[in-house]
Amino acid sequence: MLGLNNKKDFTLLLVVAALTLLAPFVLNPFPSDSAMAQFNAGYPDLMQRFVIFGIFAVGFNILFGLTGYLSFGHAAFLGVGSYASVWMFKLLSYNIVPAILLAVVMASIFALLIGYVSLRRSGIYFSILTLAFAQMSFALAYSVLSNPKFNLTNGETGLQVYANDPQVFHRAGLPDVPHLFGLSMRSTYTMDVGAWSFSFNVGYYISAIVLLLVFYLAIRIFRSPFGMMLRAIKSNQTRMSYTGLNPRPYTLAAFVISGAYAGLAGGLMAAMDPLAGAERMQWTASGEVVLMTILGGTGTLIGPILGAGFIKYFENIFSKINDTVLHQWFAFMPDGMEDFMVFVIKPFVGKGWNLTLGIMFMLVVIFLPGGLVEGGQRLGKWIKNRGKSKDSPAKTEPAE
Amino acid sequence: MDAILLQILNGLDKGSAYALIALGLTLIFGTLGVVNFAHGALFMLGAFCAVTLSKLLQLSFVTIDATKKDFLGNPLKVETPYVEAWFGPEIGASIIDWAVPLSILLAIPVMIAVGLIMERGLIKHFYKREHADQILVTFGLAIVLQEVIKYYFGANPIQTPPPDALTGVANLGAWFGFDLPYPIWRIVYFSFAALVIFGVFAFLQFTTFGMVVRAGMADRETVGLLGINIDRRFTIMFAIAAAVAGLAGVMYAPINPPNYHMGMDFLVLSFVVVVVGGMGSLPGAVAAGFLLGILESFASTTWATTTIPGINQIIIYVVAIIVLLTRPRGLMGRKGVMED
Repeated sequence: MLGLNNKKDFTLLLVVAALTLLAPFVLNPFPSDSAMAQFNAGYPDLMQRFVIFGIFAVGFNILFGLTGYLSFGHAAFLGVGSYASVWMFKLLSYNIVPAILLAVVMASIFALLIGYVSLRRSGIYFSILTLAFAQMSFALAYSVLSNPKFNLTNGETGLQVYANDPQVFHRAGLPDVPHLFGLSMRSTYTMDVGAWSFSFNVGYYISAIVLLLVFYLAIRIFRSPFGMMLRAIKSNQTRMSYTGLNPRPYTLAAFVISGAYAGLAGGLMAAMDPLAGAERMQWTASGEVVLMTILGGTGTLIGPILGAGFIKYFENIFSKINDTVLHQWFAFMPDGMEDFMVFVIKPFVGKGWNLTLGIMFMLVVIFLPGGLVEGGQRLGKWIKNRGKSKDSPAKTEPAE
Repeated sequence: MDAILLQILNGLDKGSAYALIALGLTLIFGTLGVVNFAHGALFMLGAFCAVTLSKLLQLSFVTIDATKKDFLGNPLKVETPYVEAWFGPEIGASIIDWAVPLSILLAIPVMIAVGLIMERGLIKHFYKREHADQILVTFGLAIVLQEVIKYYFGANPIQTPPPDALTGVANLGAWFGFDLPYPIWRIVYFSFAALVIFGVFAFLQFTTFGMVVRAGMADRETVGLLGINIDRRFTIMFAIAAAVAGLAGVMYAPINPPNYHMGMDFLVLSFVVVVVGGMGSLPGAVAAGFLLGILESFASTTWATTTIPGINQIIIYVVAIIVLLTRPRGLMGRKGVMED
């Protein structure tokens, strides 16, 4: 169906579709006035971040997961996408279609240029080259490109739309926020069912549909002969060149595709909130997408989306936990015990979320190189095999 | 002439920091074959050794001096640092004043311990894994270290002044008949860095231990077959590399008030330095460190920034890109190291 020969892939697409389209329900399992409401994630802003970073990570995975080239500069493309779309808002109108198109095009051009140079080297050199390019873009966007004569990025303040911008296609009837032919990205329909309240946001649904489209595209890439070529690059580049194939065009194509994904994510980010800042290009942002992909599962289809959702969800939840909340949780314990528990847990929550993230990331890299997906598979296997006899024949590994 | 000299001098202090960090990175890479993304965090830990010691020395107890009044009319509370009470006010005050240089004594054992724990506890298990995995796990470790520091010391930079005797400006040009004012501490930093660098090279060149390590860098397997426990020596080299980064950090604290993310800022640049110098080449790393530091300082002159705006921000990256594309092995890279 839909050109997906593998039944599993189709199921996967359906699962992702169901999850994203029903997200307002899925992420809001607790009544809004209960104590558990702080674990709800079904509000528009956070849901938008889930899918946008999902797109970013899916794109990154096409490069890293398939070819094994670890880019530490992908945030540059995200930033370029954001800047491009805010410029379209400034010049044309708040309609998101031209903005996102330009974001993708600009990011692809950037990726083509940077990729052409960086891909001459591989391994750690490639990582450092991409890192250098991204840091360079960040430094330029932050300082030079915001001088009064030629203000392309608006420096520290960030690029935003001002009242005196041309906006040639802006008409009186159209909303003053990003919109899709008049449909404002911010309009939200809230449905109250008993104690629950679910919000359906236009921006979220547009991003979700985009995510489904690009996820479908990613599946097709993974299963195509082109995808096989990329895997060949990862497993043994030398062998591939000996068979008479030049790996570089394939890697470059993968790099540009993943750059375009990043640009798309950047464009969507700007569409949700018409603001673009240089810090989106900083290497910590590039590191974040690496974390998402690894945490979810490199080289798997669903992994990056899971990783993005996981990190963004826990970032949001953990950051909200403060002393008061902790004391509430451990209120049932004797006083000294309670204080001790709060003392132990405090460094890991609230502002300390990054510490938890770092530890989690290290644990995943050390013990679970396949990420959450591998964890799930192992768990599934363990449950399946639990009932069976222990002396099952050892699995034989195919020879390399 | 003196303008050029001044720019060269200006580049030396940053260049020294780059050179020291890059030296450690190269040592680790050359011996263990591990790409250590947490090396910047070690630099930061060193700087926080200085912060910790100066805070510890300033720990004080409060006595109430009834003879004097403060501006509210209450008896004056006098804070006396314990050090001053123990050693007498004059020696105590000078100990506090010299906190940063004294931190070297604290930083060496601390950083060696950190290095040993890190190598035995984590890096050891990553010898055989891909470089990407090594980068990722040390990147995670760097995040953890920097968040721990942030938790205990806060996110703001902490002022750590140098000793009074070494603050201020010396006129270096006076001997040669022209005007060349230059901060004394930066001269100290450069001399210290030069000393450490010479120390490391001498250690590798003139001791039996160093000879074995160099042999191990050239051919680990053969050295192992000769019955030498090369792993243990490499572990010690890792600890030394950590100590070098830590020392670079300690002495850098007065130049740039330490904050928790300073390591990351330096790490990115130091990697660029290592790549420019040539992966696996110790002299290359040092030379490239100073070279890029000086280049950066030349690029920050008004003349350069008006000719090409923003050149000071990107010069290092531009140089790195050019070097990587034209001389893939770096300036002094050895054959066969990290070639794929």
